[in-house]
Amino acid sequence: MKHRTFFWFFLPTGLAMLLFIAFPIVSVVIQSVFAPHEAVLKTVENCTPLVGCTTETTIDQEATREIREAQPLGRFVGLDIYLDRGHLAITELAQAWESSDNWGDFWSGLFNLPLYRALAFTLTFTFIVTPLLIVFGLMIALAVNSLNRHLKGLMIFFSLLPMIVTPLIGSLILFWMVDSRGVIGSALVALAGDPNFSLKASTGLTWVMLIVYGVWHAAPFAFVVFYAGLQTLPKDQIEAAQIDGATRWQQIKYVVVPHLMPLVTFVALIQLMDNFRVFEPVVGFNAAAHATSLSWIIFNDLGGETRQLSAASATSVLTIIGVAILLSPVLVRTWRDFKGK
Amino acid sequence: MASKAQRMPTGLRILTSGFVLLWFILAAFPFFWTLWGSFKVELDFFSIADWTNALTGERTQATYGRPVTGAGYFGAWVQEEFWRNVINTFLVCFFVVCTSLTIGTLGGYALSRSSYRYTFWLLITALIFRAMPPITLVAGYLLPFFEWNVWGILPTTVIVLVAINQPFTLWMLHSFFQNIPKELDESAKVDGCTQFQAFRHVIVPVMWPGVITTGLFSFLLAYNDFAVTAMLLSESNRTMVPAIAAFLGTTYTEGNVMFAVAAVVSATAPLFVLVMFFQRQIVSGLTAGAVKG
Repeated sequence: MKHRTFFWFFLPTGLAMLLFIAFPIVSVVIQSVFAPHEAVLKTVENCTPLVGCTTETTIDQEATREIREAQPLGRFVGLDIYLDRGHLAITELAQAWESSDNWGDFWSGLFNLPLYRALAFTLTFTFIVTPLLIVFGLMIALAVNSLNRHLKGLMIFFSLLPMIVTPLIGSLILFWMVDSRGVIGSALVALAGDPNFSLKASTGLTWVMLIVYGVWHAAPFAFVVFYAGLQTLPKDQIEAAQIDGATRWQQIKYVVVPHLMPLVTFVALIQLMDNFRVFEPVVGFNAAAHATSLSWIIFNDLGGETRQLSAASATSVLTIIGVAILLSPVLVRTWRDFKGK
Repeated sequence: MASKAQRMPTGLRILTSGFVLLWFILAAFPFFWTLWGSFKVELDFFSIADWTNALTGERTQATYGRPVTGAGYFGAWVQEEFWRNVINTFLVCFFVVCTSLTIGTLGGYALSRSSYRYTFWLLITALIFRAMPPITLVAGYLLPFFEWNVWGILPTTVIVLVAINQPFTLWMLHSFFQNIPKELDESAKVDGCTQFQAFRHVIVPVMWPGVITTGLFSFLLAYNDFAVTAMLLSESNRTMVPAIAAFLGTTYTEGNVMFAVAAVVSATAPLFVLVMFFQRQIVSGLTAGAVKG
């Protein structure tokens, strides 16, 4: 295809991505180094005869509005927003480091800082959910593959539901069930033998609840991909393994899993990216008191009456850096493959 | 079909069936439970006294004289005007799918037919864009949208969702077009067609399976989005998902949780139908990227 033809074919989609993905990234980076203008103060001296003069400091509404309209971005503050308490919190970090005698103290100091708390949950969620859903998805795929044909179709239909359903809605459905008055919640209360038992009350249980939701939501994806991979498994390999006397477990370990390995890499890559952006479950499970994620912090800063664009932008930039770090092994590998060609 | 050696011992068979049954319950039960419960009153759905009330609807019987009630649906659809959000959702989804497929098809086709080095870089850029959480971009939208006075309306959201959709659409359609033999459009060009005519008359008639599959995923992205629609739409233009999120805030205090339950069931129903009719396409779409590596 000629360059010119290619250009015209690619123009609409390229323009859409340039204007609404590439430019916003630039604009987020710029916003993150600007802070909103401080209100302009003016001092007025009121002199009344006999009493004397008093000075009064008020906000000069007009001047404030003027400067805000003239420079909507705000004032340049450099990396200040990144270093403040809501983000990297360098000062607080140094204090916690100096004042704490052992690692435990330091960690608890760290978890009081919003960004590190969110980062801890986001990373825990990502790196526990991803391997779990791969194992679980593989187990479902192997089990469903051994069913007869009619049951397979039915199972695939119902398995797709947790994945297809809107994440916020899916988490609400589960949230209502694990509510202490809901069906699973009351069963757990009965099991625990404690009428005040609640999944929502403790940080640890909230994390477990969110992780269970994450696996429930994403395992179908792994299942469908692995199931499709199983259909392409050559029969003669399995037969050869059987003739060599491999047990069922050995067949899975040495024939099936190596055959599915490229798919495992694919699922892991997609799910690392998707789990890192975990957000809807935190809202749906109403879990912000115990578990926050990076995306949730951005959402929280942007919402409400005071839209804290600068704070949200700084968190956004840090999140993008996080995604880049997660993605870098893949990019390096793709680059090597490309060079090799 | 299965040879004798393949046949499972009974113990393993029971174990596998048990596991499939367990997964079936995990996957399907929450939906049926919520669907059933949405026709009850709150004291039955969230039953402190006895969980079987949610099945029999004892309190619902006491309140309405029969064990099922549409009060939640009435409250959500009529009182809270959920139908507006439903219409908004379908408007947004329709335009997102149409626009996204039109420009994505052209772009994906071009990427699959050009052999220059920049196609690789464009695809890698798209992959990076695909990896970024959409919420990180929202902070970048707000200021310009306020300045131009286009915040809060549906067309803005449609365009943003189309753009966020593009990386995925491009990857999917690119791999799909690569499976259509190049000889097809090249022979058309030999016969004197321009590239666009070759695309229009030769490729368009055979591309529908791939386009429909991609369209399904565009639809799901637009339908399921919460982060972008919640931040970019004003209260009167909300789509279903942010509307449900907004319900939560008000209903928990007013004791109208059943409105939210009814709205959730209403929003799940179209997805249920979608999976029923397009199961094959969804499965093939999910595996398309994977099998190719």
